[in-house]
Amino acid sequence: MLRFAFVRILSAIPTLLLVVVLAFLMVHAAPGGPFDDERVLPPENARNLQAAYHLDESLPRQFGRYLSGVMRGDLGPSYHYRDYRVSELIGAALPLSLMLGLLAMSLALVVGISAGVVAALKRNTMLDRVISGLAMSGISIPVFVVAPLLVLVFALQLRWLPASFSGGAGGWRFLLPVVALSLPQIAYVTRLMRASMIEALSSDFVRTARAQGLSTLSIVRYHAMKPAMLPVVSYLGPAIAAVLTSAVVVETIFGIPGLGQLFVRGGLNRDYTLVLGIVIFYAALVIVLNLLVDLLYGFLDPRIRHR
Amino acid sequence: MNAWFALAGAGAFRHLHGGAAIRVSTGILLIIAAAALLGPMLSPHDYFDTDFEQRLKPPTLDEGRLFGTDDLGRDLFVRTLSGTRITLLVAVVASFVSLAIGVAYGAIAGYAGGKIDAFMMRIVDALYALPFIFLVILLMVAFERNVLLIFVAIGAINWLDMARIVRGQTLSLKHREFVDAARLIGVPPVVIVFRHIVPNLLGVVVVYVTLTIPQAILVESFLSFLGLGVQEPQTSLGALVNDGVSQMERAPWMLLIPATLLAAVLMSFNFLGDGLRDALDPRQRRR
Repeated sequence: MLRFAFVRILSAIPTLLLVVVLAFLMVHAAPGGPFDDERVLPPENARNLQAAYHLDESLPRQFGRYLSGVMRGDLGPSYHYRDYRVSELIGAALPLSLMLGLLAMSLALVVGISAGVVAALKRNTMLDRVISGLAMSGISIPVFVVAPLLVLVFALQLRWLPASFSGGAGGWRFLLPVVALSLPQIAYVTRLMRASMIEALSSDFVRTARAQGLSTLSIVRYHAMKPAMLPVVSYLGPAIAAVLTSAVVVETIFGIPGLGQLFVRGGLNRDYTLVLGIVIFYAALVIVLNLLVDLLYGFLDPRIRHR
Repeated sequence: MNAWFALAGAGAFRHLHGGAAIRVSTGILLIIAAAALLGPMLSPHDYFDTDFEQRLKPPTLDEGRLFGTDDLGRDLFVRTLSGTRITLLVAVVASFVSLAIGVAYGAIAGYAGGKIDAFMMRIVDALYALPFIFLVILLMVAFERNVLLIFVAIGAINWLDMARIVRGQTLSLKHREFVDAARLIGVPPVVIVFRHIVPNLLGVVVVYVTLTIPQAILVESFLSFLGLGVQEPQTSLGALVNDGVSQMERAPWMLLIPATLLAAVLMSFNFLGDGLRDALDPRQRRR
């Protein structure tokens, strides 16, 4: 297990480095500098500005400077929000996004696993068809369609919930964003859980348990649940990446001042360092969480770590 | 494994499991595609014509304004259909980009085998861990946004799955008699891969393309929704949904129509791909 963990952690480092290099090169290959759209400066001021942001240095030197900053947790100054470091902006926006993401993931796991198990147990009945059909629709309808439709129905027509995050107070304002964020993930988890539970229920050890006269409930709980969970665990990695991406949309629609909104604003303002910093932060987050999921998987499934 | 090649046989579709889902979704897609191609020609309006007398008009039968107008007085029937056309075009072209890369990469890795195969698949593993979508956003922020760049960027994301699947199929094909025979009479490896192996992979590839297309549509509409994809006055379904969100209180039709169409397209492709996979892979069907 230790060897497996060690190898896995070591292989995450080059991936992370690759992201930093690719993202950095992409931004620096972009036509035009970050200050091009402003009024024309006297050449001396322009030179000073370039020097202040180290844009007059050679590319390798700039990269070296940036990389050493990244390793110390400093993502450089923001070009748009002049008095702030990118790391400060990310730090300020992160807690809200983190909370939103955690709530959405928990909801997706609880609802998705329950629905999947029910569908598997009631396989080929009307209930199963309804659940599977809903799950298929959930996968197909993108979050930027679901979120505005939820607002249209529950906030603008029925007026049950606030339409925007800042327009409400208390916990209720989290409800629509979290539901919008988790619906596609609920659908994915349901489908995975249904398929793997059906497979687990048709395996030999479940047949043995059934022959011993165990009730369906305890067969599911004590025998089928653990192997059936494995595909869901391995889906956690992609799910986290998907939630991060969807959060960009959901935060924009509901006006939540989180990381996703910061990202979109940075993109529209052409704030290169901010966007670069957030991309690297997201990438690091996805890679680290994927690593944790892999370790968890290795812990749950001995076949993986002894390979 | 032979079930994959049944796709080539004309009778394959008769035995398809869940054939109804496949037929219905194919029908819906054909109707939408035909409407997207022909619809704009039938309307008296153009997708970029603004008319400030006619702003935010709800859908009516007058003057062919079936879907109403937007906040600049542009005809939404034409805009929605030409947006659908762009969305479908981006998705199909991007899928073929990923298909070309994935098939070539996977077939070469699988046929070469040994160390080359191991090395090439290690690269794929490493790329899997990259959160590509964020890099694509960065690309769109940093460069001039044009449709060509979107094609390439989306295609470059989606080839990894294709490469893995094609490699697996190639491994099982390369010891078949006809490949041995080709090797025996001295056909060079490159020709064996592209003339003898790749054509036999097409059944699998077709199924996975139907699953890649909705993914490409999702990425394109996601980018366009953020304002980083297709640029004004051109439009796509994602960009139209974005416009609709900003006017949702005054003009709900601006949101509902493109949202419904986008959902219908995505759902049809997913049902089609799922149905084809279930029909052709008996191992999946048993579940």
